[in-house]
Amino acid sequence: MVWGRDLRRAGLAAALGVMLPTGIVLPLGTAMADPVKVGLVSTLSGPSAVLGQHMRDGFLLAVKEMGGKLGGQETEVIVVDDELKPDVAVQKVKGLLDRDKVDFVAGVVFSNVMGAVVKPVTGNETFLISGNAGPSTIAGAGCSPFFFSASYQNDQNHEVLGQYAQQKGFKKVVLMAPNYQAGKDAIAGFKRHYKGEVVEEMYTQLGQLDFSAELAKIAAAKPDAFFTFMPGGMGVNLVKQYRQAGLADTIPFLSAFTVDETTLPATGDAALGFYSGAPWAPNLDVPANKAFVAAFEKEYGYIPALYAAQGYDAAKLIDSAIKATGGKLSDKEAVRAALKKADFTSVRGNFKFNTNQFPIQDFYLVKVGKRPDGKVETMVDEKVFSNYGDVYAAKCEMK
Amino acid sequence: MRALALLLALFAALAVVPLAADTYVVALVTRAMIFALAAVSLDFILGGAGLVSFGHAALMGIGAYGVGILMEEGTREALIAFPAAMAAAGLFALVTGAVSLKTRGVYFIMITLAFGQMAFFVAQSLSAYGGDDGLSLAARSTVAGQRWLKSPVTFHYATLGLLILITALCALILASPFGRVLRAAKENERRVRALGIDPYPYRLVAYGLAGAFAGLSGALLANLTEFVSPAFLSWHRSGELIVMVVAGAMAASALGVRAGGAGRLGGAVLGAVGVILVEEGLAHLTEHWRIVFGPLLVLLVLLGGWRGRRA
Amino acid sequence: MSTTLLLVQVLNGLQLGVLLFLVAAGLTLVFGVMDVINLAHGVQYMLGAYLMVTATALTGSFWLGLPLALVAALVLGLVLERLVIRPLYGRDHLEQVLATFGVILFVNEGVKMVWGAAPLAIPMPDALSGSIRLMDGLNYTVYRLALLGAGLLVAGGLYLLVTRTRSGMLLRAGASNAPMVSALGVDIGALFAKVFAFGAMLAAFAGAMAGPILSVEPGMGDGLLILAFVVIVIGGIGSIRGAFVAALLVGLIDTLGRSFLTDLLKLVLPPSDATQVGPALASMSVYLLMACVLFFRPRGLFPAPA
Repeated sequence: MVWGRDLRRAGLAAALGVMLPTGIVLPLGTAMADPVKVGLVSTLSGPSAVLGQHMRDGFLLAVKEMGGKLGGQETEVIVVDDELKPDVAVQKVKGLLDRDKVDFVAGVVFSNVMGAVVKPVTGNETFLISGNAGPSTIAGAGCSPFFFSASYQNDQNHEVLGQYAQQKGFKKVVLMAPNYQAGKDAIAGFKRHYKGEVVEEMYTQLGQLDFSAELAKIAAAKPDAFFTFMPGGMGVNLVKQYRQAGLADTIPFLSAFTVDETTLPATGDAALGFYSGAPWAPNLDVPANKAFVAAFEKEYGYIPALYAAQGYDAAKLIDSAIKATGGKLSDKEAVRAALKKADFTSVRGNFKFNTNQFPIQDFYLVKVGKRPDGKVETMVDEKVFSNYGDVYAAKCEMK
Repeated sequence: MRALALLLALFAALAVVPLAADTYVVALVTRAMIFALAAVSLDFILGGAGLVSFGHAALMGIGAYGVGILMEEGTREALIAFPAAMAAAGLFALVTGAVSLKTRGVYFIMITLAFGQMAFFVAQSLSAYGGDDGLSLAARSTVAGQRWLKSPVTFHYATLGLLILITALCALILASPFGRVLRAAKENERRVRALGIDPYPYRLVAYGLAGAFAGLSGALLANLTEFVSPAFLSWHRSGELIVMVVAGAMAASALGVRAGGAGRLGGAVLGAVGVILVEEGLAHLTEHWRIVFGPLLVLLVLLGGWRGRRA
Repeated sequence: MSTTLLLVQVLNGLQLGVLLFLVAAGLTLVFGVMDVINLAHGVQYMLGAYLMVTATALTGSFWLGLPLALVAALVLGLVLERLVIRPLYGRDHLEQVLATFGVILFVNEGVKMVWGAAPLAIPMPDALSGSIRLMDGLNYTVYRLALLGAGLLVAGGLYLLVTRTRSGMLLRAGASNAPMVSALGVDIGALFAKVFAFGAMLAAFAGAMAGPILSVEPGMGDGLLILAFVVIVIGGIGSIRGAFVAALLVGLIDTLGRSFLTDLLKLVLPPSDATQVGPALASMSVYLLMACVLFFRPRGLFPAPA
């Protein structure tokens, strides 16, 4: 049927006619205005989207609480999704820098994304405030006057568990992490302070669903403790399967980024009594934190995780710097000096910057417990490090 | 001649972008052209020889790593690094192609996926070059010692030049007697064999060439982002490339460009540029842009009809 | 490394294999019988898990939730067949790939909008939680054994359905010569719709059953879809028997590779090299297997008759 074919073709041409201009015209439509602009880079799609969602919500909550202003100035927060693809992240960040002309870039959940965006941002002499990722290169030789971490250095949370295992006198441990850079860093971080015997060191496939093979080996090795770094859905699976395999009652489960408020809704009671290491927990006894957690739960209806707290702190840090410079953001030296003071009330209590512009803060062993309202969250168990900086700062040439 | 007109129109549009747009749009369009180059190299074997590679991102990634690793070892010169990247990707394609081309259809799709995944896992375990965290480039490559690629506009035109060159090269090869064997074997392998021609070596050479071209696009991508990562090699990216080629071919046929030869390649350019720009445009509108983009792809297929129904 | 450990790992491998089979069975049927490459099969697995989350929450029971979720998945399968798949019969494979890829994008995003981005859980039924002692020093989770049993049961049922019943006969006839079957007065369109929805339900069953041990999250079907394709290609497209053998093979190789490959490599390589190479090689093992099988048997282990 000739007319049918033509009709189809016309419909398609019309569809294309709509698609192409939206694609081309939209990026061209630039908006130029006066307010302070912050680009918030977060991972909002794919299986890890929940981490990025926490960070974004924490950041936006802080801005909202301050009346949509940072440092008393009207603020526009431009949220972009890095899709957990480094090249996409670079593309989006270039948009923030070249088109939106943002004054700060904040956020970034994952280290591989951070590795890709750090150079374009700091090379453009724009301040990059990490809301989570803290790779060793940036903490050490690759440190930059334009990079500030409102989070932690990647190794530190693992070091908490290593130190704890050492203090407890655990003789044998089994370690497990996914087979990628962050996983290897986790194992190295744990071993930094742990001097006992590592009977087994296992590397699993990234995105692995089923850990029965590894759990069988753990059961066979009968260690005094088990340490793992298993972020996201992998961690949910591991926690549930660890419990189901009956190991939870016999071998302490030490972890980092595995049991937290992003995964606890899925693991539920299976994670009760599991340990983690972190610079913060929802019940951390600091007045600012109590207010933050209450406001966050009211606003979003779920319990904030570390990522949310760090996003919140990142916004407060930027706020303090804008305030101190009186909004004169073109004077980069002044902004940097103001940021370095860390003159804000962190939900973590102790917070100041090291020479590499990473935090010096306290770290806690946290344990999954049940709140009076029946929900599970991580709770501070004991302080493991006080005023703790990272080991890479020595390699950073900044003073 | 609509095919040629489509190509010329596309290239002309890409050429004027730096005159009319800010640096962000220039960088965005450069990225689109790099994917267009990869899509052309894929369509060269997909449309030209009926070989659907589901491991094409690996070839692109190998090219990117070629530039990254050479730079890490102290070689910044594009005139050395780019040919090396192309050679590495081409060689990988030749070796894996020698095995893969024993299979047909979906089996070929899956075996190329297998080799792509192997390359992905190797990249992920390269601790010396950043492993999963990726590898940051010290700077963009130099050309004959000059830092031309540093400027976004020069980089844009260099990419466009290479895109035109490779597209023309692929079109010429497809139009040559060599290309005619490829296309004939795609339509009717038995008849080609009856004429005493074994299509295997032809396909292998084409696959190797496609690998080299994809490697070139990877070398450019590494320079654009100044970063290489195992994510460049993931099967998701291979899938995206297939989507670009197929969506482009369908869009081109809707515009009245006959499938086959240079028209196909124009479709690949259109598909890559279109997909990247539409994605970017929709992402500006809503975080949930995939909820719109998905049905658009479905509609494109349901309303269009690229080669029509099979027998 | 003991025999107990080996036995546990074999059980684990079989269990992964069974899960893969449930997903691959529908995929290979739709492909083999209807000649449709359905990339959206992975999201049907995911939908099964999400529907199960809602169904168990609504009914408060695993056993009431399961049939509810399966019926919902069946209905969604029929809707998808009517809206997207039916116009694709007889079209080019790449067009099917493009359209069903669009469905993946849509459903993954939709799931995130409806259920949220955070991973969710399906509670394990009380009757099946806990573990039993198979032999000295070997405890195994009851639920996993149940999953293994359920998968094997479905495999057996499917075999009987295809080889012994009238529907199965029509199915096989439709696969080899659809126009002829149609000419004999069989409504081939209705048959295809049934096959598709049934395949969707099998995938959803896998998702629902996996929920209590795996986390339910957006995009959870994507990785499994690729593995399911590996399975049907190794097994030979359209062959249920092939899919079954290949699924178990892939499950076993993947599980055993992950647990023993590094240790084996330590026998021939220095330990540091072995820990470097082992995990990477274990991740590749499934793909190596596929490449090898296709090299020697380009149409899979059990090629369907042409």
